[in-house]
Amino acid sequence: MKYVDEFRDPEAARRLAAAIAARMSRPWTIMEICGGQTHAILKYGLEELLPIDLTLVHGPGCPVCVTPAGIIDAAVELASRRDVMLVSFGDMLRVPGSSRDLLSAKAAGGDVRLVYSPLDAVKLAQANPQKLIVFFAVGFETTAPANAAAVLAAKRLGLRNFFLLAAHRRVPPAMEAILSAPSCRVQAFLAAGHVCTVMGYREYLPIVETFRTPVVVTGFEPIDILMGILQAVELLEQGKASVANQYARVVTEKGNLQAQRLMAEVFEICDADWRGMGRIPASGLRLKPTYAAFDAEQVFSLKTSDKQERPTDCLAGKVLQGLIKPTDCPAFGAACRPETPLGAPMVSSEGACAAYFRYRQQKLQTANPKGD
Amino acid sequence: MNGNELGFSCPLPLQKYERILTAHGGGGLLSRQLIEELFLPAFDNPLLRSLHDGAVFSAGGRLAFTTDSYVVSPIFFPGGDIGELAVNGTVNDLAMCGAQPLYLSVGMILEEGLLMEELIRVVRSMQRAAEKAGVTIVTGDTKVVERGKGDKIFINTSGIGVVPAGRDVAAANCRPGDRIILSADIGRHGAAIMAAREGLEFESAIQSDTAPLNGLVEAMFQASAEIRMLRDPTRGGLSSALNEIAQSAGLGIVIDESQIPIQESVRSVCEILGLDPLYMANEGALIAVVSPQATDAVLEAMRKHPQGVGAAVIGAMTEEHSDRVLLQTAFGKRILDMISGEQLPRIC
Repeated sequence: MKYVDEFRDPEAARRLAAAIAARMSRPWTIMEICGGQTHAILKYGLEELLPIDLTLVHGPGCPVCVTPAGIIDAAVELASRRDVMLVSFGDMLRVPGSSRDLLSAKAAGGDVRLVYSPLDAVKLAQANPQKLIVFFAVGFETTAPANAAAVLAAKRLGLRNFFLLAAHRRVPPAMEAILSAPSCRVQAFLAAGHVCTVMGYREYLPIVETFRTPVVVTGFEPIDILMGILQAVELLEQGKASVANQYARVVTEKGNLQAQRLMAEVFEICDADWRGMGRIPASGLRLKPTYAAFDAEQVFSLKTSDKQERPTDCLAGKVLQGLIKPTDCPAFGAACRPETPLGAPMVSSEGACAAYFRYRQQKLQTANPKGD
Repeated sequence: MNGNELGFSCPLPLQKYERILTAHGGGGLLSRQLIEELFLPAFDNPLLRSLHDGAVFSAGGRLAFTTDSYVVSPIFFPGGDIGELAVNGTVNDLAMCGAQPLYLSVGMILEEGLLMEELIRVVRSMQRAAEKAGVTIVTGDTKVVERGKGDKIFINTSGIGVVPAGRDVAAANCRPGDRIILSADIGRHGAAIMAAREGLEFESAIQSDTAPLNGLVEAMFQASAEIRMLRDPTRGGLSSALNEIAQSAGLGIVIDESQIPIQESVRSVCEILGLDPLYMANEGALIAVVSPQATDAVLEAMRKHPQGVGAAVIGAMTEEHSDRVLLQTAFGKRILDMISGEQLPRIC
C-alpha cells in the first residue's frame, strides 16, 4: 500500500535490528504503551529479530483493556432498557463486565449497535427519535476529540435523545503511575504515536524530567517500532532523559490544536479507575457541567465506580503495568483463552494477552506441552 | 426491474402484489401463483414442473449430499446477492467433495412485506447462477414469516452430486510435502459485505468473489487425480480453513505470507477497520492440497480457468507442529490461528 509498504521493508528491519544489537552494552527494558504496537510487534514477529537482552514489556495502552467492569456494567444495564439504543465501537462488545458483556445483552434483546464513528451515533439519534441513544465513548486522547465533536453536533442539531457514556482515559498519568510503582522495571517508553498526533509530545516533558526516563514517540509499522527502539536504546546508552520523536512525519510538539480545543470545550479532567490498576489521579475525562444534559451517567443516574471486578486468577493488572509478560500468568492459555477470557487483555484485539495467544502459542506449547 | 426479463408468460398477477403477504406462504392461491409465475419459469425443468412433493431421479455411483442456509444481510451487495450465494455456496460444498453437482433444493423463508421486486431479482439471480454452474433446481419450499420475524429473506439450499470413480478427496490422504494451492485472491466477499452493511464508501468498490467452483475443480481433476483435499475458505476465511485442514490431516502447515494474493483495495479496507484479510470470508476461492508431483500440472490447469487465473502455491504440509498453521512473514514465523468468535473492528 502506498505510504505503508516502505515501513514494512524486511531488509530495513534487519538492518535496524542489527543496529540495535550493536548499540547495546547492557540489558534494557522498554515498554511500548500502545496495544496497537504490541500487536504489530507480535504479528510481524519483531521480537525474534531483537537481541535477547532487550526486553519489551507491554503497557496499558489498550482502551478496551483498561475500562473497568463497573462502566461496562452500566453500559449493559443501559442496553437492557427497552427505550435505549446502546452504540459503541466493535472492540467493546466482547469485554466482560462483572457478570455480562454487551454481546450477551444484545443476545438477550438489547438494542446494541456497532459504529465506526461517533458521528454515526448522532445520525442514529436523528433517525430514531423514539429511542434514547447512548454512545459508549471509550478510548484515549485519540478518540476523545471525535467524541467531543459528536456531542457538539448533537447540541447543534438540538437532539435531546443523544447521550455519552464517557469512559475516556489519559495516557500520561498512567505512565506516571507505572514509573511511581516500587516494582517498576521500565527504563524507557515508546509513546503511542496516535495519542501524540492529537496531544503533541510536549505532554511528556514533565515525565521525562521527573522520572529521568526517556520517551520516544513511535508509530505503528514494523520499521517505526524498530526505529523507536533504536532511538530509545541510544538515549539509554547515553544516559539521556529526553523526548525523541520517531513519528515526526505525523507528530509535532504541540499536536493538533483544533482537536485539543474540541476536547477542552466538552471534557474536563477527572480521577479515573483503570481495570487492574486502580484509581489514577487526573487520568480520566468527563463531560463538563455545561454538557450535563448529554452525560449518560448523570441523566440515567448510573453508578459506575462502586462495582468490583470478579476475583479470578487473571493477572491482567500486572500485565498492563509491564510487571509480567502474558505468558507468565498461570491462567494464560489454560483457564484464560479468547473463547473464555478471564480479563480484558485476552478479549480485545489490542490486548497483550490476545496478541500472545494469537501469534505465539507455538512457543507456549514448546515450553508447556499440549494437554496442560 | 421488469418481470418479463425472466420470460414469464404472464407477469400480471404477481405484479399486483408489490410486497410479500403472509398469504404467499399460506398454501392457497397466492402460494400457487408465486410458484407458477415466479419459481417455475425461473427454474424450469421437468422434475420441478411435475410439482410433486419431491423430485424422483436416478443418480449412479457415489453420491455427495450437502445443505446450507443463507442469512446474509444486506441481501444485495457489490458483486452479488443472497440468491447467487445460495446456489454457488451449495454447488461449491459439493465440488469440495470432488463431486459433480447435479440437483439442488431451495427452501425460502420470506418476511412479510418483502418487496416482490426484490424477490424477483433474487430468483433471477439464482436462475443465472444455476445455469452457470450447470445444476438443476428440482424441488423447493416457501414459507412466509410475520414482519419482524425474519430479515427479508433466508434461503436454504441442499444439493446432491455424483463423485466420479477414482476420486478420493479426504484429509486423511494429505502427506507431508504436499503443496497448498489457493485459487484466487482472498477477502473480497467479507470486505464487500462489510462495506455494504456499514454503508462505508471506498474509492474503489470491492466486489464479492461469489462464483461456482465446480468447473474449476473438474479442470483440476483433468490435470491430475493427485488432489488430496479441497476446501473453500468461506466463513472464518483462509486461516480457519487451513487450521481445519491441518487438524483433519493431523499434520502441520507452513504458509508463505508473501505468496497469498490479496487485492490492494481489500488490504486497505482491512487496514482501516483493523481487520485481518486472512480471516475474511470468501465465496469464490478454494484451497487444494496437491501432491508435489502434480502441483505444476494442476496449477497450470487452474490458471487457464476463469476462476483460477490468480492461483498460487502458498505453502506446504509438514510433519512438524502437527495440527498447527505457521505463517512465514517477511520478518519471522508466527502462528496463524483459527478465529475466536467474529472479527470486530478496533477502536483506534
